[in-house]
Amino acid sequence: MIDQSSFEPVIGLEVHVQLATRSKLFSSAAAAFGGEPNTATDPLVLGLPGTLPVLNRAVVEMAVRFGLAVGGRIRPRCRFARKHYFYPDLPKGFQTSQYDEPLVEGGTVSFRLRGEHRTVRLTRIHLEEDAGKLVHGPRSSLVDYNRAGVPLCEAVSEPDIRSADEAAEYLRALRTLVRYLGISDGNMEEGSLRCDANVSLRPRGETTLGTKTELKNINSFKNVKEAIEHEIKRQAQLLSRGERVVQETRLWDATKGLSASMRSKEHAHDYRYFPEPDLPPLAVDEVFVARVRGGLPELPEARFSRYTTALGLSPQDAGVLVSEKEIADYFDAAVTAAGAGAGTEKKVANWVINEVLARVPDARGLAASDLPVPPAGIAELVGLLERGAVSGKQAKEVFGRMWQQRRAAADIVAAEGMTQVSDTAALEAACQAAIAAHPEEVARYRAGRAQLLGFFVGQVLKETGGQANPKVVSEILRRLMSQ
Amino acid sequence: MSLPDLLGASVHDLAAGVRARRFSARALTDAYLDRIERLDGQLGSFLLVDAAGARAQADAVDARVAAGQDPGPLAGVPIALKDLYVTRDLPTTCASKILRGFVAPYESTAGARLAAAGAVRLGKLNMDEFAMGSSNENSSVRPVRNPWDLERVPGGSSGGSAAAVAASLCVATLGSDTGGSIRQPAALTGLAGLKPTYGRISRHGVVAFASSLDCPGPLGRSVEDVAAVMEVIAGHDPLDATSIAAPVGSYRKACAAGLSGMRLGIPAEYFQPGIDPEIESGVRAAIDTLAAAGAQVVPVSLPHTGYAVATYYLICTAEASSNLARYDGIRYGHRTDQEGSLETLVSATRGEGFGAEVKRRIILGTYVLRAGYYEAYYGKALRVRRLIADDFARAFASCDVLLTPTSPLPAFRLGEKVSDPIQMYLADIFTVGASLAGLPALSQTCGFTRSGLPVGMQIIAPALGEEAIFRVAGAYQKLTDWHRRHPPFAGGAS
Repeated sequence: MIDQSSFEPVIGLEVHVQLATRSKLFSSAAAAFGGEPNTATDPLVLGLPGTLPVLNRAVVEMAVRFGLAVGGRIRPRCRFARKHYFYPDLPKGFQTSQYDEPLVEGGTVSFRLRGEHRTVRLTRIHLEEDAGKLVHGPRSSLVDYNRAGVPLCEAVSEPDIRSADEAAEYLRALRTLVRYLGISDGNMEEGSLRCDANVSLRPRGETTLGTKTELKNINSFKNVKEAIEHEIKRQAQLLSRGERVVQETRLWDATKGLSASMRSKEHAHDYRYFPEPDLPPLAVDEVFVARVRGGLPELPEARFSRYTTALGLSPQDAGVLVSEKEIADYFDAAVTAAGAGAGTEKKVANWVINEVLARVPDARGLAASDLPVPPAGIAELVGLLERGAVSGKQAKEVFGRMWQQRRAAADIVAAEGMTQVSDTAALEAACQAAIAAHPEEVARYRAGRAQLLGFFVGQVLKETGGQANPKVVSEILRRLMSQ
Repeated sequence: MSLPDLLGASVHDLAAGVRARRFSARALTDAYLDRIERLDGQLGSFLLVDAAGARAQADAVDARVAAGQDPGPLAGVPIALKDLYVTRDLPTTCASKILRGFVAPYESTAGARLAAAGAVRLGKLNMDEFAMGSSNENSSVRPVRNPWDLERVPGGSSGGSAAAVAASLCVATLGSDTGGSIRQPAALTGLAGLKPTYGRISRHGVVAFASSLDCPGPLGRSVEDVAAVMEVIAGHDPLDATSIAAPVGSYRKACAAGLSGMRLGIPAEYFQPGIDPEIESGVRAAIDTLAAAGAQVVPVSLPHTGYAVATYYLICTAEASSNLARYDGIRYGHRTDQEGSLETLVSATRGEGFGAEVKRRIILGTYVLRAGYYEAYYGKALRVRRLIADDFARAFASCDVLLTPTSPLPAFRLGEKVSDPIQMYLADIFTVGASLAGLPALSQTCGFTRSGLPVGMQIIAPALGEEAIFRVAGAYQKLTDWHRRHPPFAGGAS
């Protein structure tokens, strides 16, 4: 039995984020996903002789947004560099990337792991272009260059992560962040978010790093957890037996549930980096950075704090609301429309989480301008509830019709005659009648069976066709039966 | 309508003649095509003659003239492009097997600007493979011969560009200069050839050899011809991030602006033993001529000159090894028939497709960029480059232009230097300095050797100082006749 607990896993992630620009990093060819092979190309993308890169400025803005959102330092001057290797998906025989002068240095990503606040530091974020895609057949391979030249941000973390679960949460936090910033879809299945993991172990209490291996071909959140857990176990077994961990790159095989060494990379690549001579150094001035900073939305962690502290929402509810920017924006708009009121935010949160979210297949649909129930609609419904104009049960029905018929709450309530009766005088008569009709139950209630109050409330509701305000009815009944 | 004497024709006279309908562009084109057919077999300056295309372009010019529309400043002027300039409808091979038959779907900016100005493109010119060479013996097709002596080289790498103009097979050509590849052939063939300030002319569509050094540029019989072409092709290009935004100068006007007040700097290090004595005396005589005409002569020093060749070859081979990595046979060009692994595909393709000099430089360049050696070689070379540039800046504090020999030797015999590449590299000694510093430099003829070979002198100016160069060069042309001489081969009396 291997005592894995005597080892501490030390994990760092390299995450590639595909930026959602219209054009590629260095040419005006379209950067869109999908499409017929080799249609989103141009002479530069194909590496034709005589072509030169021209930097897409929109990419810089997105990368700076990313850098500011993680609190990194935006270098006032950075350079592109050429990284050389031969492979069919790399049209120029080198990738234009950044080496020792990246756009962003430092930064942190914060998230919650099982309720506990965690922070992972970033080493850097840099810009680079993506390669094409290879499709392997039995006797030959085909190359599709649609993806070649698409802009990527590579975010490299420090080895601050200590478990597979934490790695998955970190990755999830990055994904949420890039979607909030509108810089990427962050979709692992489609490849707009990719992750490599560096894993090493060391005896607990040690501060020096052990030998690390690099894990590749991780293409889902599930894979991240499984691949890292598998690697930790594998390294623990080796180390427990007194063997050494070999520094290597291993490919994760999700179907087999194990990793294999990439033997073809046995000689370490010498990328022969040098500064890209076709692009002058990129200068990013203070004015530009200030403008980008001014345009940042309220970020997920800040929103989570606000929801839990200022608005008093539960961490679970807050977590759901901040998980996508569109949900949080919808919620904020509804709360603003609903106005101040004790517990209003909680009510709005309930409606958004339990009713609204259930009705949209993709949370990002909440930003649509033709949504059946806009935030103001929820606010109105909550207002009716708080004034006692409808009961909770009625409100659910009303919402259903609001969504189906795209009508305002007040309209539906008025049209369907669903107004809840809260007028004390009117209800008093109904209560009196219910009490008079059930003398035995009254006696038992007065003898101590307090739960019988519900029976009487039910009777009044039956009498009033469900339109009596149960809260008001309860108060009246209590008063009457305590005399 | 009778054509002017093609041997003496200038860009200005031909364009003016076409516009004034003294002769048609078509007649002019036919005459040059005829000369090419008769003479180029012995020279080898053209890799591809596009007779049909040229005639169509000429007819279009004539149609515009007939319709009263402006046919452009270079209307009907027959030009040709070094086969390094990508052309949409003609193959671009860089004189390499690896690009045989390659036709690009786009056009170089410089070539497009010439076409828009009404110039008629006769074809693509021979060169050293991928612009690597100083003799045009590295062409995978055949070497080019010097019209002044068919047993000798025209220089390189723009050997075809030089031979064609020297033999009056066209009026002006575009070449490229990375370490001297316009200036040295111009010197060896009796022409004016300009390496502009780095970034003055767009590199979009010019196949890359060494990205931080490559300069597209014109060759012509006279400096006025060179100036006329410069005015059309120079200027900012958004497709080239290294292209300069500064306004284009009035280069033709500068040719006539005169010498007065100009200070000529003479760098001591460029007049050391080892130069052919006839070259040295030719250049010194030119200095005397200019001094007698009112220029001031100022001795200066460029102390790091001795490091220039090594620095140049470290940087250009490193960048070349990178720029040529794309030729892997996968998307275009030659692909090996050999089957096997990816490594077989790429290495066999490149082994079959590249010539010896290209391979030599790729290997050197790859070595220079090796992990762990970057600082010792490429990094160090970049720092020395800075020192060399500083030398020039300091010299220009006391003079307006520098005057030097262009090449330490006149045209040498074919085959004489191919077995000693280092000897070939060392011959670049006078041209690589301006390349490393990104400065404009022009070569023009300042005499002939006893055996009738042209001698070239080089005028170097500060960055964006082309006008100063044209002032000196233009004044020198008014005082001398060298530019009016033609090689006997071309048909004129010398």
